[in-house]
Amino acid sequence: MRRILCLIAGFCFLINIGWAEEARPLQEDVVVEAQVQRLSEELRCLVCQNQTLADSHAELAEDLRKEIRELAAKGMSDQAIIDYLVARYGDFVRYRPPLKSTTVLLWFGPFVLLLTGVAGLFVMLRRREKLAVESALSANEARKVSELLNKES
Amino acid sequence: MKRFLLPLVIFLVVVGFLGVGLNLDPREVPSPLVGKPAPAFNLPRLDDPEKKISNKDMLGQVWLFNVWASWCGACRDEHPVLVALSKSGAVPLYGMDYKDTRQEAQQWLDLGGNPYIASAMDADGRVGIDYGVYGVPETYVIDKAGVIAYKQIGPVTEEVLRNKILPLVKRLQAQ
Amino acid sequence: MIPEIGHFALILALLVALVQGSFPIIGAARGNAVWMGLARPAARAQFLLIAIAFICLAYAFASMDYSVTYVATNSNSKLPLQYRIAAVWGGHEGSLLLWAMILSIWTVAVSFFSKHLPDAMRARILGVMGLISIGFLLFMLTVSNPFERLIPAAMDGRDLNPLLQDPGMVFHPPMLYMGYVGFSVAFAFAIAALLGGELDAAWARWSRPWTTMAWVFLTAGIMAGSNWAYYELGWGGWWFWDAVENASFMPWLVGTALIHSLAVTEKRGSFKAWTVLLAICAFSLSLLGTFLVRSGVLTSVHAFATDPRRGLFILAFLVVVIGGSLMLFAWRAPTIARGGKFDVVSRESFLLANNVLLAVAAISVLFGTLYPLFLDALGLGKISVGPPYFDTVFAPLMAPALFLMGIGPIARWKQAALPELAKRLRWAFGVSVATAIILPLLLGHLTPMIGLGLFLAFWIFGTSVNLVYQRLRTSEQPLAMRIKSTSRSWWGMVIAHLGIAVFTLGVTIVKGFESEIAVRMQAGDVAHLAGFDFTFEGVTEIEGPNYTASRGQIRITKNGVERTVLAPEKRMYTVQNMPMTEAGISPSIIHDLYASLGEPLDGGAWSVRIYHKPMVEWIWFGCLMMALGGLLALSDKRYRLKKRTDQAGVVEAKL
Repeated sequence: MRRILCLIAGFCFLINIGWAEEARPLQEDVVVEAQVQRLSEELRCLVCQNQTLADSHAELAEDLRKEIRELAAKGMSDQAIIDYLVARYGDFVRYRPPLKSTTVLLWFGPFVLLLTGVAGLFVMLRRREKLAVESALSANEARKVSELLNKES
Repeated sequence: MKRFLLPLVIFLVVVGFLGVGLNLDPREVPSPLVGKPAPAFNLPRLDDPEKKISNKDMLGQVWLFNVWASWCGACRDEHPVLVALSKSGAVPLYGMDYKDTRQEAQQWLDLGGNPYIASAMDADGRVGIDYGVYGVPETYVIDKAGVIAYKQIGPVTEEVLRNKILPLVKRLQAQ
Repeated sequence: MIPEIGHFALILALLVALVQGSFPIIGAARGNAVWMGLARPAARAQFLLIAIAFICLAYAFASMDYSVTYVATNSNSKLPLQYRIAAVWGGHEGSLLLWAMILSIWTVAVSFFSKHLPDAMRARILGVMGLISIGFLLFMLTVSNPFERLIPAAMDGRDLNPLLQDPGMVFHPPMLYMGYVGFSVAFAFAIAALLGGELDAAWARWSRPWTTMAWVFLTAGIMAGSNWAYYELGWGGWWFWDAVENASFMPWLVGTALIHSLAVTEKRGSFKAWTVLLAICAFSLSLLGTFLVRSGVLTSVHAFATDPRRGLFILAFLVVVIGGSLMLFAWRAPTIARGGKFDVVSRESFLLANNVLLAVAAISVLFGTLYPLFLDALGLGKISVGPPYFDTVFAPLMAPALFLMGIGPIARWKQAALPELAKRLRWAFGVSVATAIILPLLLGHLTPMIGLGLFLAFWIFGTSVNLVYQRLRTSEQPLAMRIKSTSRSWWGMVIAHLGIAVFTLGVTIVKGFESEIAVRMQAGDVAHLAGFDFTFEGVTEIEGPNYTASRGQIRITKNGVERTVLAPEKRMYTVQNMPMTEAGISPSIIHDLYASLGEPLDGGAWSVRIYHKPMVEWIWFGCLMMALGGLLALSDKRYRLKKRTDQAGVVEAKL
C-alpha cells in the first residue's frame, strides 16, 4: 500500500515539474478585455499629466479600468460606457472630443483650412501667370532655356 | 499690403489666449453633476459598520458632503477649517471616507477631531466614481431636494467658505 | 565658490549680449564698421562665458554640491556620474542654461563660418542672435537661477526623475535643442535680410546649410525621443501627441517647408516672402514650445515645474521677439521684389503646394494642442484633445503632401505639363495601388488607413526609384561616374524622401498589424504570440546603483529554435520611491518582440504583457535616413566653394 502511495506522490511531483503550463490570460473574457483596451485608449487619466487610462498606473486609472470592465461585461456598448463616464466626469475625460457646437471648429477647421489654402494657392498661381514680369521669350528661346534648366536640375 | 499683417494678427490673438491661460488650471476638472441630483449611495457607516448611511437620509436639508481620506495630505490642511465649521453649526457636514481602512480613518479622526455628523465608508471607490471624484479632498454642497449645487475641488479654505460656500448655503436654506 | 563663478559668468554674458545685440545692428544701419566689428568678438566672448557657467553647473553636479538648490532637487549621491551630468538639463533652470549654451554654440559657429557674408549682414545676424540670448540670460538671472544656493545645504539630493535616468537622456534633449535653437540662425538670417533690404538668391544660399543642419538635428532629436519613449515607458508606444511632443513637431513641419522654400528661392529667386515668413515661424514655434513646457498653461508629461511668473516672462519675451519680427515682416515684405514667373503646373507650384500643406499641418497641430485652452479661456467648458483626434486629423492632412512628393522632383522648373507627368508616373502609380490592396489582404487585414499608408509609402518608393533610374540612365558615362557626377544635394533629397517612405511604411504596418497579449505567468508557463513561444523562467531580485529590481527571464523560441532571451525589469528607485518598468525587447528588421513585467500576483506569478510590433524599427530608421539625406545635402560641394568663387557669383539685388 505504501509503495502505491509513494508512486502516486512521485507521479504527482513529476507532473508538476515536468509539464510546462500554458500561460492563462490575465483576464478571462478576451472580447470584454479588447473592449476595455479600446476604450482605455480613448479616455483620459484624470490624475495624470496627460496620459490615457491604458497607459497610466495611477490608482484612479486602475479603478476606472475596473469599472469599465464591469460595464463591458454587462454588455454595454462603447458609446454607453463613454456616456456613463462623461456623465460623471464631463467631456474632459474623452481624448476624442465629442462633436458639439463648441468643437465644430476643431474637427472641421483643419480641413477647411486645407481647402482654403489650396484654393488660395490656385488663385495666386493663376494671378501670377497673368502678370507679365519678364519679357516674353520667343518659342525657340523658351525651349532652349528650359532644356538648359532641366540639365542643371 | 494688408495680407502681410495677417501673421501678426493671428499671433496676437494666440498670445491673448495664452495670457488668459496663465491664470487657468488646465488640470481642474469641473463637474457635470452640478445642477443634477446627487448620485444615490447606501454605504456602511465609519463609526458603526453594521449601520448604513444613505443620501436619502439627508433629504429636506441643505448639507455638505466632504470626500476625505487618512492618506490624503491636503485633507490635513482643510481639516481645521471643517472642524471650525462643524462647531459653528452653520450647515450639517457629512463625510465620505474614500478608499481607506476603518482603523486608519478612525485614528485620523481621533487625532484631528471629527467634524462630521457621520461618515460613509467608500472602501473601493465606486461611489466616488459616481460622484466624479478624481482627487481628494472634494466637497459638494447639496440642497434640500438632493441636487448638487456646487462642487469644491481641492481643500476647503476659509476664503472659499466665506466667499462661495456659506453664502450659497444661506441662499439654499432660505428656499 | 564654483557656483558663484558660474553665476557671475552669466551676468557678464548678459552684458556682452547687450553689446552684441545692439551695436552691430545699429552699426549696420549706419555703416559704422567699428560697431559692426564688435559682433564677432562679442559672440565669442559670450560663448566662453556661458561655457564657463555650464561647466560650473556640471561641476556642482559631478561633485554632489547639495548647497545649490538645483543640484539638490535633481541629483543624488547614488546617481551614476553620467546621469549626474545629464541632470544638468533635467530641470527647468538647467535646461535654460543648456538653451543658452547651445544658442551661443550656434552663434560662435556663425561667427567663424561667415567670412563670405557681407559685413552688414553678418553684423545683423549676430546681433539678432545676441538679442535672443539677452532674453534667455535675463530670464535665468531673474526668475530661474540655476546657481541659487540652498542654505542650509541638503544632506542628499532628491534624485533625478527615474524616467530620465537612461542613455536617451544624454542624447535626446541636447540634440533636440540643437535643432530648436538652430532655427534661430535661419531666423536671424531672415531678420537681417528684412532689416537690410537684401533678399536674393545669394541670401538663400547662405542660410540653407545652417537651416538644413538645424533640421537634421531636430529630426534626430525627435527620433531619439520617440525611440526612447518606446523602450523606456514599457508599453510600446512611440508617439502620444503630448503638448511638448507637438511643440517639437511643429517647428519640424515648418522647418521642412522652410528648407524646400529656400531651395526655390536659391534656384529661382521666388518665394522670398514665404521663405522669410517660414523662417520666422519655425523659430517662433520653437520659442512657443519653450513657453508651453514651462508656463503651466497645458498639462504635459514633459512639463517642468511651473510658476506663473516664469510664464509671464516668457510670454512677454514671445511678444517682443515674435511680435517684433512679424511687425518687421508686415512692414518690409511688400517691398521684397516678386521673383520669377512660373506656371500653374511647374516644380515651383508643387513646392509652393508643399509649403501650404506643411503649414496647414503645423497650424492644425497647434490648433489641436491649444484648443482646450481656447475653450477654457472663453468659459465654454473643458475638453481634452488627445491621440484619437490627432491620429484622425493628421494623416489625411499629410497625405496630399506625401503624394506630391512623388511628383515634385520630376516636374520641370517654371513650366511642366500634366499629361507628360502622368505618363512618367503611371508605372509607380499602378504598383503602389496594387501593393496597397494586395499586401494587406495577404497579411489578412485591410482597412482604408492601411491601404492609404501603403499606397503613399510605395508611391514614394516607386517614384524615387523611377527618378534615380531616369537620372542615371541618360548618360554615356560608367555608372560609378554617373553617381558621382550627380550632386550630393540631389542624392540627399532622394535619401530623405525615401526615409519618409520607410517611415510611413513602418507606421502603417505597425499600427495596422501589431498585436499584444496580457497573461499571468508562473515559472515554466508558455505564452504564444505571432507564432513565437514565450517561456517565463522566473524572476530574480537584483540591485542597481540607486534602485532594486525584479528581473524576469523570458525565453523566446520558434518551433523549438531559440531566438533570444528577454530580461524585462520592474525597478523601484529608492530615493523617490518610484516604480519603473524596463521592457525586454528583441528588435529586428521584420518585427520587434517586446515584453514587460506588470505586477507580482499570488503564488509567485507575474502579470506579463507581450507585444508583437511588426516593422516598428522602420519608423526610426526612416527618420535616420531623413537626417542622413540632410547631412548629405549639406556636404554638397557648392557649400565648400572658395571665397573668391562665391564673390564672383553673387549678384546683389538692390530694392
